[in-house]
Amino acid sequence: MDTIFYISSVVAVAATARVVTCRNAVHALLYLIVSLLAVAVIFFVLGAPFVAALEVVIYAGAIMVLFVFVIMMLNLGPHATEQERAWLAPRTWIGPTILGLVLLGELVYVFAQGGGAAGGGQGVSPREVGLALFGPYLVGVELASMLLLAGLVGAYHLGRREEPAGGGGEG
Amino acid sequence: MLTVPLHHVYVLAAVLFALGLVAVLVRRNIIFILMGIEIMLNAAGVAFVAAAWRWQQADGQVMFFFILTMAAAEVSVGLALVLRLYHGFKTLDADAAAAMRG
Repeated sequence: MDTIFYISSVVAVAATARVVTCRNAVHALLYLIVSLLAVAVIFFVLGAPFVAALEVVIYAGAIMVLFVFVIMMLNLGPHATEQERAWLAPRTWIGPTILGLVLLGELVYVFAQGGGAAGGGQGVSPREVGLALFGPYLVGVELASMLLLAGLVGAYHLGRREEPAGGGGEG
Repeated sequence: MLTVPLHHVYVLAAVLFALGLVAVLVRRNIIFILMGIEIMLNAAGVAFVAAAWRWQQADGQVMFFFILTMAAAEVSVGLALVLRLYHGFKTLDADAAAAMRG
């Protein structure tokens, strides 16, 4: 288990370093997704399987998809297909693929060890987390829902296409 | 059974946080700045989950849920701002919006 932790840490740090140094936003996103997956493996090893699943579903899934959508929206144009072809070069995806394969190897190893219960069975179970979440932390959950609502309204307001109000806008 | 000392996990969290901070400070592309913020929030989550693991309490994981919620709200508003910036200035350079008007 210790080796799994250290390998995942190295993968996470390497991928994050590539995020900071990449020039292309989509390449950086690929590395960021790998970094988040590595952190999810670390959570799994740390005995938090529920948090690991949330990390994959929400961080690496939902939030990164938002980034991808925005980046795709920003470079619409005739050169987009040209760029798409350039992005599919092996040089682009070979790095994230290798790092992702390391993570896959770790997962297969953990399951082959019979360590399906995370972290050698010494973790905090999702049941305890749920009880804490909807017991002592109920106010926090309500505040989080308010925050999400505010984020929704704010994103809708900011993302709305500006209508030329005076009629004298660009044609 | 994981026998890693706690401070190794904290060193990992600190390194991730520092990398995110570098991304925010060094990059001028606003999308990279947002990614740096995500990295920093994630590093804080690592520290919380490590604490939950060390003391076998659920509170650290609960805090991670709140961080997750906050990151989701923050990134949706942030990306809407990125779209506005791009439509207004035709660039993703954060310095283009450095001056206030009025």
